Amino acid sequence: MSDIQLVDAPAGVEGAGFFATSLDKVMGIARSNSLWPLPFATSCCGIEFMATMSPHYDLARFGAERLSFSPRQADLLMVMGTISKKMGPVLRQVYLQMAEPRWVMAVGACASSGGIFDTYSVLQGIDEVIPVDVYVPGCPPRPEAIIDGFIAIQKLVQTETLRRRNEPGYQKLLASYGIQ
Amino acid sequence: MGKLTNEELLNKISANFPGLVNVVGEPFGLLTVETGREKIIDLLYYLQTDPVLEFIYLTDITAIHYPEQEKQIGVIYHLHSLVNNVRLRIKVWLSIDDLHIHTASVLWSGANWMERETYDLFGVIFDGHPDLRRILNVDDMTAFPMRKEFPLEDPNRVDKKDYFFGR
Repeated sequence: MSDIQLVDAPAGVEGAGFFATSLDKVMGIARSNSLWPLPFATSCCGIEFMATMSPHYDLARFGAERLSFSPRQADLLMVMGTISKKMGPVLRQVYLQMAEPRWVMAVGACASSGGIFDTYSVLQGIDEVIPVDVYVPGCPPRPEAIIDGFIAIQKLVQTETLRRRNEPGYQKLLASYGIQ
Repeated sequence: MGKLTNEELLNKISANFPGLVNVVGEPFGLLTVETGREKIIDLLYYLQTDPVLEFIYLTDITAIHYPEQEKQIGVIYHLHSLVNNVRLRIKVWLSIDDLHIHTASVLWSGANWMERETYDLFGVIFDGHPDLRRILNVDDMTAFPMRKEFPLEDPNRVDKKDYFFGR
């Protein structure tokens, strides 16, 4: 008998030969268990991410083994490392090229707040240029912490409505960053 | 020790540039001299092409800022004679209102990016440079961040505010 755990079915109405639930829940399960991350790794947090992807920690257990190096096919932007001010517009461009639905995870102190680099040339947290869903603290965070952040992203994805981009709150958030 | 001593090197320089080159010191055995910007390219050319000295390698061009001095900005050249295993440091002091000096990229192609970096961080203008643009900082930056009056810390930083630490 295999010890592989399958995802539980969402709450719904069950009867003989049929099962009814809302499309939101099904899509949430499907999306959250097949997130395609785009690793934007610029420094040591990227090394921790490589360890996270390796068989020992195995991010594939969460359905995220398919890294997308094109932003157009990615669901989750994982920013790992120091982002200098010159890199800021590049990061923003990568985010703009991602299709909805999209999520952003800031891994490590530098991506979250600038970290030890309190200096004129370093962006003091990527949330100055793009909205961030989950922050992972640490310098660098251990792979367990990155996985914890990833699970937090999965929970976000599961509980989100089908078309987040139509919500006024989300549109307001994007507008505050000057993104259409 | 190399084949060439600092004394011999200095004698050769002062014989060719009498009164134009002053010795600053010899910290850690590194001969350090000062000269004016009028003669710097001549001096570098002489050091590079002299058959005995052969300072063929330009290690670095950088600058330094001393706000309390009359001539605030110093442009610093590090030369290395690979043949003689001797290094030499040359300083040229410039007034902050008139930061012009001739480019060394006519002698070493590698001086191109070093001078761009020195321009980017200190604002020294290298006359005759083929492409004097910023190289490290964002293109629309107006300040020269390695000057002492420039605030090093980013004003947008929020998590270092005093009230987080009970100050």
